[in-house]
Amino acid sequence: MKPYARKQYWNEPTMSWWERAYLPEILRGLGITGGVFLKNMGRWMSFRKGALTTYYPEETRADYAAGNRGKHVLTQRPDGRPQCIACNMCATVCPAKVIEIEAAFDPDDPAHPKYPVRFEIDYSRCIFCGLCVEACPEDAIRMVKEVPNLPTHDREKLWLSLDELLTWNPQSDVAKPYPAKAPADKAGGSS
Amino acid sequence: MMQDFAVSLVFIGYALAVLLLFGTVLTWVERKQAAIMSDRIGANRAYVRIPFTQIKLVWWGLFHGLADGLKMMLKEDFRPNSYDRFAYALAPWVVFTPVLLVFSVIPFGGALVPAKLFQSLPSLAAWFGDRTYSMQVARVDAGLLVVFAFGGLTIIGAMLAGWSSSNKFSLLGALRAGSQMISYELIMGLTVLGLILIYGTVDLNAIVQQQSGVLLGFLPAWGVVVQPFAATLFLAAAIAENKRIPFDLPEAESELIAGYYTEYSAMKMGLFMFAEFIEIAIIGALFTTLFLGGYNLPFMTDDGFVLPGNHVVAIGHPAIVAIQLVVFLVKVLLMSSFQILIRWTLPRFRWDQLLTFAWKFMFPLAVANLTVTAVIVWALHG
Repeated sequence: MKPYARKQYWNEPTMSWWERAYLPEILRGLGITGGVFLKNMGRWMSFRKGALTTYYPEETRADYAAGNRGKHVLTQRPDGRPQCIACNMCATVCPAKVIEIEAAFDPDDPAHPKYPVRFEIDYSRCIFCGLCVEACPEDAIRMVKEVPNLPTHDREKLWLSLDELLTWNPQSDVAKPYPAKAPADKAGGSS
Repeated sequence: MMQDFAVSLVFIGYALAVLLLFGTVLTWVERKQAAIMSDRIGANRAYVRIPFTQIKLVWWGLFHGLADGLKMMLKEDFRPNSYDRFAYALAPWVVFTPVLLVFSVIPFGGALVPAKLFQSLPSLAAWFGDRTYSMQVARVDAGLLVVFAFGGLTIIGAMLAGWSSSNKFSLLGALRAGSQMISYELIMGLTVLGLILIYGTVDLNAIVQQQSGVLLGFLPAWGVVVQPFAATLFLAAAIAENKRIPFDLPEAESELIAGYYTEYSAMKMGLFMFAEFIEIAIIGALFTTLFLGGYNLPFMTDDGFVLPGNHVVAIGHPAIVAIQLVVFLVKVLLMSSFQILIRWTLPRFRWDQLLTFAWKFMFPLAVANLTVTAVIVWALHG
């Protein structure tokens, strides 16, 4: 049997005798890696950061995209109740089926008789696609840029409930004046 | 007699402490150095919490070595259903023990005169009298031969491990380990022969003392200066002997899972890894002793410095001992660091390339180096 003839490519790299002598090229490689090591070590020694990686979660990247889809928040009415009307559209559209809503009836608020008593998101399965935000007719669920306190060792801690999702309390909002300038007696009036 | 015994115990304790410390610390050095070389931060999560407080000592991830050890101890000691359980259980120790024993003949300091060390304690000084010890566990005239004798034993351990595991991958790894280590041990021996010709002795302590001289009026007479070629070859062969990248064919994970210790788990596997890391330090120590002037700084002897031009700077005995111990450790650490640099720079050889490299490249070079050295030594000394 003929020995296997290796195919020759038109751009087959050719090595000079210097490169084929092996040792000089090895020394060059060691010089490159050693140089990087010394440079980074020098940065660490002079109390600067000598790494490209982020010390997550203590430190987050400064260049998070403005539209980055992070943790969900439930927007609130001026009196602090969730704006959610428990229509279940987000739970229906959710491809990972991570949203669980339990609705209840509130006779005191004829404009919004339905409200969620339980609103839970299982972040161990959430794929952060943002479809829930798009599906919401009331602008009740949004996503912030960051994922604060989400990384954990315990799967149970990834079930976030209503009180956790309602912690978002912005001072200003581009979508609407928020919190509404409305006095307290009109609370719950308009969305 | 009792004095000798006490001093020997101290030396043995020191040697063991140094080796085990190096074995643990080098795992950390390897992680951190690799991380820093590749713009990463590196292992830094393991911590020790001071009891009853919330103070967590992280210390740049130094405790990851401890965590590894603990994990190895607590893991299930899984045994394959092999026909040779005794050899299976014995193999890690056959690899681990010779590595420790090699260090026994390596001098980690010059002459020690306890009477001069304990001048403030006259009774202790009187007890020691005028005894002098060289700082190594065993002062053997054939020191270098002992190194090679014990170094060769690890092949048996690797072969035993691969053979008794009843696993094809292990067997292949063991065969690779055996042929590779035999090939490269030959080259190690050949490169060192040149040094033996020059120094005329195989006593490691005498080799170190000869290196404290001066060459051409200003160069320290280190082995790396008189035999630069042999030093390079020796280092390459020693890394191959230790089976680390770029020579880690016996345990190439993409081909053989973990080679001859595929079937080992828990602390038995830990012993293989530990032996590898201690051997880094051993190679560093051996290279330091043979080529880098051992425990001495350039132009330094057991009495002080003899600078070029015969400027003699005398230094007290305790200071000399301290300097020698520290210098040796620093040199070994630097050499270990250099080996780690090589490990994280070069890609792995192919198996045929590996043996070709040994027999067609390094072997002729080593023989040529030996021939040239022999001719020069003959011409100089008749």
